[in-house]
Amino acid sequence: MSELAWIDAALTAARPQAIGALLRYFRDLDLAEEAYQDACLRALRNWPQKGPPRDPAAWLILVGRNAAIDQVRRRSRQQALPDEAAISDLDDVETPLAERLDGGDYRDDVLRLLFICCHPDLPATQQIALALRIVSGLSVPQIARAFVVGEAAMEQRITRAKARIAKAGVPFEAPGPEARSERLAAVAAMLYLVFNEGYSAGAAQQDERAALSVEAIRLTRLLLRLFPAEPEIMGLLALMLLSQSRAATRFDAAGEIVLLDDQDRSRWDQRMIAEGLALIDKAIRHRVRGPYQVKAAIAALHARAATPADTDWPQIDALYAALELLEPSPIVTLNRAIAVSKVQGPQAALAMIEPLEGRLAGYFYFYGSKGALLKQLGRAAEARQAFGQAIALAQTPAQATHIRQHLDQLQAEANHRECP
Amino acid sequence: MLYAFLCYNNEDAIFSLSQAEDDEVMSALRAVQVPLRQAGRLGPSARLMPTTAATTLRQDSDPPLVLDGPYAETKEQLLGFYVIECEDLEAALAVAKDLARANPGGAYEVRPLRFFSPGALST
Repeated sequence: MSELAWIDAALTAARPQAIGALLRYFRDLDLAEEAYQDACLRALRNWPQKGPPRDPAAWLILVGRNAAIDQVRRRSRQQALPDEAAISDLDDVETPLAERLDGGDYRDDVLRLLFICCHPDLPATQQIALALRIVSGLSVPQIARAFVVGEAAMEQRITRAKARIAKAGVPFEAPGPEARSERLAAVAAMLYLVFNEGYSAGAAQQDERAALSVEAIRLTRLLLRLFPAEPEIMGLLALMLLSQSRAATRFDAAGEIVLLDDQDRSRWDQRMIAEGLALIDKAIRHRVRGPYQVKAAIAALHARAATPADTDWPQIDALYAALELLEPSPIVTLNRAIAVSKVQGPQAALAMIEPLEGRLAGYFYFYGSKGALLKQLGRAAEARQAFGQAIALAQTPAQATHIRQHLDQLQAEANHRECP
Repeated sequence: MLYAFLCYNNEDAIFSLSQAEDDEVMSALRAVQVPLRQAGRLGPSARLMPTTAATTLRQDSDPPLVLDGPYAETKEQLLGFYVIECEDLEAALAVAKDLARANPGGAYEVRPLRFFSPGALST
């Protein structure tokens, strides 16, 4: 691998910590980003000779801070500056700074940087775009491609989002334990959004968007390294890894969705599954239940089943029941009904979802599931009606195609009955 | 003599490599292993999951404390190891240099083995 690729990886890895610390010094996001950019340029000049320093983040923070301070001095005094080598040679200063960074400051710097992207006034898409720009350092064109919008529009969106958080004020004080856990929860939710933005992409956008899922996994690993004893962060990372392990099998060659039952399980990524299972094991020891852990445990039961028939549906039903208590939502109940249909049969599942119709009237999957249950019960006319409603709500061609297959089967069965 | 090669690197940077870059490093490392394997010098080797998957049992309290994370917070983390038969330290360092060329950054600790058992695992 080229030296440059390695330097690039070291810079990417150090970015959240470096920008987070520079933000704490300068209390200004634009200034922090500029200082970081400046430090990166110097790194690209200095590192190829000696390789990246042992603590790239500490190097970037110190050089970035000095460079920004020099900028300010240069502007104010118009004076000659010391040789750049003098400020870039950090062999003697790196160690004490790195030691200071090992403390809680550094954890809270990264958390703060992620947290400002989660401002409640920002819509989800803007939170994601901002995190990808500021924390991950993706370029505006890269982010624009992932969201299928023009570059100018994305640039404007990010600028507006930044202005909004600047106006709101960045919380610079070190958070107390309660504020810290609130920040963690907000950041976890935002990282899960980034993951899902990639995961829910259709086959046509896989290349651009799948990168978002990989990036969410990288940032969640970083977060867990900073907060190693948080069972919900373990659960979130496990959930992402177990979901992502199926990425290669979720679409067929024509770009159509392949349902879980039909996926080629031999192509699931066993390394991601193993890491996900290891994290769930660790999380469970804390005996503090949370929604990410429960969702991860459900994903783990699917991952552990060698064939669809081996799936432990009673346990999945029990986990969804736990999730309904933690995070009550009609969608969770709808998902639980799938497990119930496997354990108790379609009649029980139908009885469970019928009361949800009012709240899920605009939801494709509600009518898709209702149709499938009615079809299993042999209530063809009602099934056709539900599938018709599902098709009207389909948001992708793949969703509509899937429902049409159900309708074709119903038609075939009807024909069969008419002319045996 | 048998030597353990303990591979330390910045795991944040390793996990910032793209899949293609990671594959490239792994295949370069495999190329170093081939002649060692053919010469019958290569023992067990392992790549460890990230330190976020680690748990540490500390004996300095009673009952022992189970902590999440690796034994020590270090700038570079233990990410894998090899056991390789080498004539002497010079030969061992030559292997370490080959591994280091294939693998960017980090460090290899070369440590002679005092006791070795291949164990019962077949894979």
